[in-house]
Amino acid sequence: MAEPLDDYIDAVSKALALPLEEAWRPAVRANLEVSLRLARLVDEFALPDETEPAPVFTA
Amino acid sequence: MTTKPEMMASEIASAVAGGKMSALDATEAALARIKQHDTVLNAFTDVTAERARAKARAIDADIAAGKKAGALAGVPFAVKNLFDVAGLSTRAGSKINRDLAPAKRDAALIERMEAAGAVLVGALNMGEYAYDFTGENVHDGPSRNPHDTTRMSGGSSGGSGSAVGGALVPIALGSDTNGSIRVPSSFCGIFGLKPTYGRLSRARSFPFVASLDHLGPFARSVADLALAYDVMQGPDADDAACTTRGLEPTLPLLANPVSDLRIAVAGGHFQKNVFPEAVEAVSRVAKALGATKVIDVPEASRARAAAYVITTTEGASLHLDRLRKRPNDFDPAVRDRLIAGAMVPAPLVDRAQKFRRWYRAQLAEIFRSVDVLLAPATPCTAPKLGQVNFNLDGVELPVRANIGIHTQPISFIGLPVVAVPVPLEPLPIGVQIICAPWREDIALRVAHALEKMGVVAAPAPRGF
Repeated sequence: MAEPLDDYIDAVSKALALPLEEAWRPAVRANLEVSLRLARLVDEFALPDETEPAPVFTA
Repeated sequence: MTTKPEMMASEIASAVAGGKMSALDATEAALARIKQHDTVLNAFTDVTAERARAKARAIDADIAAGKKAGALAGVPFAVKNLFDVAGLSTRAGSKINRDLAPAKRDAALIERMEAAGAVLVGALNMGEYAYDFTGENVHDGPSRNPHDTTRMSGGSSGGSGSAVGGALVPIALGSDTNGSIRVPSSFCGIFGLKPTYGRLSRARSFPFVASLDHLGPFARSVADLALAYDVMQGPDADDAACTTRGLEPTLPLLANPVSDLRIAVAGGHFQKNVFPEAVEAVSRVAKALGATKVIDVPEASRARAAAYVITTTEGASLHLDRLRKRPNDFDPAVRDRLIAGAMVPAPLVDRAQKFRRWYRAQLAEIFRSVDVLLAPATPCTAPKLGQVNFNLDGVELPVRANIGIHTQPISFIGLPVVAVPVPLEPLPIGVQIICAPWREDIALRVAHALEKMGVVAAPAPRGF
């Protein structure tokens, strides 16, 4: 049975022209699940609209 | 004067400058020790013996001619193999990069170390493309822990930890994106400095996550750490993030008292998911410094999550073309993490970067009332090589994902940290001395005071 993320993984790998062998899929999916879980944790945190990114740290 | 493996860099430099030892003798001693022990430790991927001998002879000739010896005269050192070394391909722990043309010029920090008289003796093993906390490498084999060779050296600067902890060289350089200097320091029982983001030039080193990458030194004493750090400071137009601040030498300040400093233990996230040895190590350091206050660092778990997201996506972006063209030449575990990283939607990455600014402001506020925060460097002592899970309070947790949980929320906003080794039995473990931006001097001063008190020390290697 297809996993919920599989359609998304197929679509993005095609959009980015990334190879994805079937043998890699379970590990890619597991890693993506972790990344999305952690990203959700950040997403849930409300920030003011005015907040700007801090890609480069300066004191 | 004969050389001894446990000689510190400062002792070697002093002996060479004073004419009691030649730079060539110091270099030959390091090369002999590497030859004798690296078959077990596997810390080195390249030994630059002829280059080192030539450099050492030149130093000896300069001293004989009456020229002033550098602060690191004759001190052997080695670098993680993501630093460019002229004549070598910068492999960055990978198979793919071995096909790159040899570097034409040394990394900026190698040039600065050698300008001070240090002698490069080789390049060091590391986790593939620095995406690693274990020190294991599928292409080169694992670098091994000098206190128990069945255990991890820590990553990704595993060879750096192994080489310094094993006393093959007194100083090594490494990189730290999420903990890759502090984790090997903890597992291998040595001192490591992750400076403020932007403090030391990364020019001519292979990147991983541009907005999180730092370079820094490892050593077996705080004075050696400060010595190396001081000679490597200074602006560099070849690194866009490198600060234009002037030099701020730390060595002359090391012995200043620490009694005036406000020191607290980091609470919350930093007291969770820790084994008893990490609790004991932080407790010993806090007690020695008289630190009784505990400060909760707000949202540190979320900071760790944001660092993870930024790392996996920026890392994926860096390697996108290699993932397309040579996916089977990656370590499969690294490849699968990076492919997944390429699939994280962009708005979530943007939010992680915005959260970073919010979190930075929280820490800036904390550093208005304290000078130093103490936290574990790793949740545990070095796990066994290949170990997948550890059991904490009856809960099975994955080793790899949890090794860096206490380092990631700190490097996320570029704070300077000295990792100090607490020589517990049977294995050492590190504690992070964390300071406000640009206050490496305070972190080093506290580390030095702890060293003088005998609370922290690099134990002699005994695993080989």
